[in-house]
Amino acid sequence: MAKKTAYQRVQAARDSHKISTDELIRGLTTDFFELHGDRSDGDDQAVIGGIGLLKDVPITVVGIRKGADTEENIKRHFGSPEPEGYRKALRLMQQAEKFHRPILALVNTPGAWPDVDAEYHGIGSAIAKCLQVGMQLKVPYISIIVGEGGSGGAIALACGDKVFMFEDSIYSVLSPEGYASIMWKDSSKVQQAAEALNLTPEWLQENGIIDQIIHEYHSGENLGPLRDFLANQFNELANLPIGELLRQREQRYRNF
Amino acid sequence: MLQSRFKMPSRDELKKRMDKIPDNLMKECPICHTTFFSMRMGKQRTCPNCGFGFRITARRRAKITFDTFDEMDADVTVPDQYDDKKYRGKIAKAKKVTGIKESVLTGIGSLDHQKVVAGIMDPFFIMGSLGSATGEKIVRLFEKATTEKLPVVMFTASGGARMQEGIKSLMQMAKVSQAVEAHSKAGLFYLVVLCDPTTGGVTASFAMQGDIILAESHALVGFAGRRVIEQTIMKQPPKNFQRAETVLDHGFIDAIVPRTNLKQTISQLLRLHQREASHG
Ligand SMILES: [Zn+2]
Repeated sequence: MAKKTAYQRVQAARDSHKISTDELIRGLTTDFFELHGDRSDGDDQAVIGGIGLLKDVPITVVGIRKGADTEENIKRHFGSPEPEGYRKALRLMQQAEKFHRPILALVNTPGAWPDVDAEYHGIGSAIAKCLQVGMQLKVPYISIIVGEGGSGGAIALACGDKVFMFEDSIYSVLSPEGYASIMWKDSSKVQQAAEALNLTPEWLQENGIIDQIIHEYHSGENLGPLRDFLANQFNELANLPIGELLRQREQRYRNF
Repeated sequence: MLQSRFKMPSRDELKKRMDKIPDNLMKECPICHTTFFSMRMGKQRTCPNCGFGFRITARRRAKITFDTFDEMDADVTVPDQYDDKKYRGKIAKAKKVTGIKESVLTGIGSLDHQKVVAGIMDPFFIMGSLGSATGEKIVRLFEKATTEKLPVVMFTASGGARMQEGIKSLMQMAKVSQAVEAHSKAGLFYLVVLCDPTTGGVTASFAMQGDIILAESHALVGFAGRRVIEQTIMKQPPKNFQRAETVLDHGFIDAIVPRTNLKQTISQLLRLHQREASHG
């Protein structure tokens, strides 16, 4: 198969048939129990969170998700969380720390939801808290960028010990459309923007931004191998003394 | 009668006289739209009518805020790996305009005999955007403060991520957050002053991580750009939805302080956070 261009990768990452965050959670864990709400303002549908067993080990899962149909897409703002979503994720991650549960974050978002209410409810502050607290959580923390990893809204849940990407996923400081419009005042130059942004998993791995590329899992496929892989990764991290875990995480980001 | 003694010149005559005044002598406030002679802004560069703080270089801010300021990491600058000609041109121009080599000026400042580690973002350096060297300087600032057990005062002014540095710019949000948290865990005080404009990735990281967050009057403070929001909701957002006063109303800022009172307020807050030496 010919290698995809950067823009083809963008399209593949956005494909509506891509495996959903919900299916990944159900496929990877057993006994999953979903938990709702940020205990302050509401329950953002774009963020799912809960507890489940990953090969008999309880883990906390948080995930940003798009919808399966138009109605769901609208409710979830096409995978763009509101401040309440980030606060829910943060609440569950802090709870995970209390109960010594590893954290798995699944990211599929074009970015945080840009509207007036999100500003009023402190979207900047919500992301800032996820970063500040997330990077110091005393439990293993793994993020997977499943489809789109757009800007601050993505890194908010991608600042753990390991960051993986699916083959057909992208991760960038801004969407190619936004980049084209800012840099060239021409939002039609999306293909050029996709190239310029270096948003492919291969480039990001070569440059140390992510740790590994995960083979693309399609809807309905057996997730067993991914489950084994993640269980191993969590195991390795869990074997480190907490001080060492935090030191390595700190080093990972200090080098950027 | 008074009127006859102070005869009002005609409209045309007034306009003619105004046109003779060089542009840089007159200034219009973007907030209250008052027009006034530039010299009335004073060395603080504020609007004499509404107190709005005009954008100023980091060097000027250091001068008007601190009694002494010893610059740190003055030579940390954009890495050579970014060799795009257009970008290098922007950097060269920014250096010339601001007199610094990255979008933040860092150093040890003193005010009223209190020592702080300070970071001042410069809105004239590629819009105060967050480059990888910006992140590096800020991290070093926090590391220095943590080692020397000093408070940090950070003036933010930024258009957000540095697009030219792509994902590396995004990573600075995580890198700096880590350093902020280490400083915080050491029980040290972090004071943020949000200046016009504070947006994007800076808002979504260290600008919102202060123990106390102040803002200058009428400063633009937000995450997403107005145009992006407009395209999303397909109508005009309210006029002042990202002004400091609105953000204060929604509970994300501790206080708004006009620039002319800022030095005094910072000094007061530092004093209130001093650990009593006599009890130690
Ligand atoms: Zn004014």
